[in-house]
Amino acid sequence: MDFTAVLAQIKPKLGCVADNLALIEERIRQAVAQKAGLIVFPELAVTGYFLKDLVPEVALRLDSPQVTRLAELSRDISIAVGLVEVTDDYCFYNTALYLEDGKISHVHRKVYLPTYGLFDEQRYLARGERFRAFDTAFGRMGLLICEDMWHLSSSYILAMDGAATLICLSSSPGRGVEGEELGSAAAWQKLTSTTAMFLNCRVLYCNRAGYEDGVSFWGGSEYIAPSGRSAVRGKILEEDSVTAAIDEGSLRRERIFSPMLRDENLFVTMRELRRIERERGL
Amino acid sequence: MNGLAANTGLLRRILVGFVRDEVHKVGVSKAVLGLSGGIDSALVVFIAAEALGPENVHAICMPYRSSNPESEAHARIVAQACGVNFSVVPITPMVDAYFDMIPEADNMRRGNKMARERMTILFDHSALLRALVLGTSNKTELLLGYGTLYGDMASALNPIGDLYKTQIWQLSEAMGVPREVIEKKPSADLWAGQTDEEELGFSYRQVDELLYRMVDLRMTREELLKEGFEAAFIDDIYRKVQNSHFKRRLPVIAKVSNRTIDRDFRYSRDWGK
Repeated sequence: MDFTAVLAQIKPKLGCVADNLALIEERIRQAVAQKAGLIVFPELAVTGYFLKDLVPEVALRLDSPQVTRLAELSRDISIAVGLVEVTDDYCFYNTALYLEDGKISHVHRKVYLPTYGLFDEQRYLARGERFRAFDTAFGRMGLLICEDMWHLSSSYILAMDGAATLICLSSSPGRGVEGEELGSAAAWQKLTSTTAMFLNCRVLYCNRAGYEDGVSFWGGSEYIAPSGRSAVRGKILEEDSVTAAIDEGSLRRERIFSPMLRDENLFVTMRELRRIERERGL
Repeated sequence: MNGLAANTGLLRRILVGFVRDEVHKVGVSKAVLGLSGGIDSALVVFIAAEALGPENVHAICMPYRSSNPESEAHARIVAQACGVNFSVVPITPMVDAYFDMIPEADNMRRGNKMARERMTILFDHSALLRALVLGTSNKTELLLGYGTLYGDMASALNPIGDLYKTQIWQLSEAMGVPREVIEKKPSADLWAGQTDEEELGFSYRQVDELLYRMVDLRMTREELLKEGFEAAFIDDIYRKVQNSHFKRRLPVIAKVSNRTIDRDFRYSRDWGK
């Protein structure tokens, strides 16, 4: 199905849930006004990124009034948004929600929590344990949160589970000023394009803007067509709103033109992975 | 491999954006900084003027009687070139009042006192003008510990602390810092004729090449030797980085509770911003 997606390249305030929810509602209103079917927000859009000990303070239950309000807004437009989720057993997750028709239609908890270099997520957050594709008004999709996408298996699993659209919510810091392009931007563009091309999937990548404690977030939100071609890309290093006109035809044509996904041999993959598992003594 | 060659257009965007964002988010619109006549503070004032508008930037030149008169002249040229507010606050009376009591004090104590005197003037103006103090220490001197703790190393925000001196030169060229400031020999200007490179015993370009490989690329000692650096130079610089690490950290707090500041009480500085 053809549809319009908006990538809301916002600059959340660190630890200010109410302010960020107001900002998110404003962007939702604008996207509804432009008749978009889907709006995507960055990773941790509701809270900001370098939370550290703020994690328990900003966490929301999925039945909280704030999440309920976001779900209500999804009667007019489908919403993918990132927040800190707290569960009944007091685990805190870096979570992405897909909201549609007034309900939470999918919950993805970030599986790969980077804890190296400038990242320290696993100190504060619990690990998600699954990648699952899910059905939406715009076809079958999969959610990824930032570092998840740097693991080939994540996108692969979602594509094998039938996702034709991979949505990646990101808070990617800007670094590497040696080359033509910002190092992290160039790396991500290579990754999203290659992933789309390998799996004949479209990729909606939404990254935030702004600075936290001197770290910049470089924006550059992007819609990559199933051919790997970047169809539209947001501004670098500043807030933006990216409108992506997504046409079913480009997916259909790509899957006819290069049917790698059709030919992917799940049986071979599974047999070899089981062998590796056995040999590692897992 | 030339990781020290920076994309100056990109650097400029990131650093200008940094000053604008981090100043505005604390609810102020102004910045204040010391302008020495040297390249580091010249670059920072250019960045700040572009980020905040020159009318919102206050540059203060704080000479001591032994400072080279050329330094103040250069500071003035820089301030004019980017259109910021400029004032001169000499530190001779306060510094001399102290050392009149201890005439035997050596150059290091005198230099440190001058740097700390300047810091108190900048933070006083921070309160006066509702302006954040911008730091002007670069990555080379921060790593070597070539600066005064609570003196020139003190600031609210430092836009150039992740730039090696070699990159400071590149970005200064790109941003139009006056030529005479770019081309002169770096100096702490504590006494006439002093230069950093003479005092340190090596050139900034040499040490930047080493630090970049040692710190940023995490090369081992063996790899550095293979790259052609002398063993004594490698060991000397490694020791300098190690021995000055205390200057780059907050004071050490003795832990007795369950939540000790900066150990298990951890928040970003931009908490709530």
